Amino acid sequence: MSDITYGKVATFNTHPDASIPKESPLSVAYNTGSVPAATSGSGVLFKEQAFLGHLILRGGAIVLDEAVRKVLGISLPGQPLGLSLDESGERSVQWLSPDEWLVIVPGGEELDVEQRLRDALGDAHYAIVDVSGGQTLVSLEGEKVRELLMKSTNYDVHPSNFPVGKAVSVVFGKSSLVLRRPGEERYELVLRRSFADYLYRWILDAGAEYGIGVQR
Amino acid sequence: MFYIHCPYCDEYRDEEEFAPKGQAHIARPEDPESCSDDQWGAYLFFRDNPRGIHHELWVHAIGCRKFFNITRNSASYEILETYRMGEQPRFSAEHPEGKPAEQGAAVNVADEAGMVAGQEGVKA
Repeated sequence: MSDITYGKVATFNTHPDASIPKESPLSVAYNTGSVPAATSGSGVLFKEQAFLGHLILRGGAIVLDEAVRKVLGISLPGQPLGLSLDESGERSVQWLSPDEWLVIVPGGEELDVEQRLRDALGDAHYAIVDVSGGQTLVSLEGEKVRELLMKSTNYDVHPSNFPVGKAVSVVFGKSSLVLRRPGEERYELVLRRSFADYLYRWILDAGAEYGIGVQR
Repeated sequence: MFYIHCPYCDEYRDEEEFAPKGQAHIARPEDPESCSDDQWGAYLFFRDNPRGIHHELWVHAIGCRKFFNITRNSASYEILETYRMGEQPRFSAEHPEGKPAEQGAAVNVADEAGMVAGQEGVKA
């Protein structure tokens, strides 16, 4: 993994040395707010998946689908609001708008994935942006998660409207975030860095009655 | 609170996610240099304010962030249809009950084909 220039686009490793300290968007919340421990009675389990690689892909669906299949082995979600995961569940591609997708891969893989996508796409008309530093992924698990979501967003999260494999960008507690459902019992939130602290406090407050626990 | 159908997300979403952006179908003069001040001023500043059916530009600001059009009745607030950019409305002041289905369908098919061709992304 080294810096490579593709035409006029220079790619570079945003975190070249492991010794360089980095902070997740939730570090302020963890250090200045409360961090309730998870117990056996917790109806909601809050767990941040920090430092994952987030890439925004823009371009034509057919060209990008070919490249994403080749590099990640996942096909681009064909329908609006779709979410596709690979077999391990660690890599995902999400529909954001008709010409925009969000790819999430394990931390450290993002530069390699970006360069392989650029190799596969060649001269096609597209854009790839590494937004890993700008947002973070949080997973919510537990039997009361849907109750918590119902209090926080006006989107209909009933399974008939929000089945597994759907991902939507919604209003959430006066802010906004991306809400994903990768599994039957698992919901994921993509929080923007500037809203992470506020949303963390909102979720703790909303989850207090369900005994929400934070796993770090 | 009411729901608006986003033609790109293809589902009804809460009003709170959308933002209105004024009158739709305003074409920029092809050659601004040769416009008179009146023509340019009309393009830039003057908007219709009809009582009844009106075509408006809206954006799904918190969802897919795409612009699209809404045909709305400014007297009853009823939303008659939402349609993508580049498509023609089925309902208008001349056709308050909607254009005949065949015509409307034909227009849509042509637009769809154009969109797919545009989406494929040119491998230069």
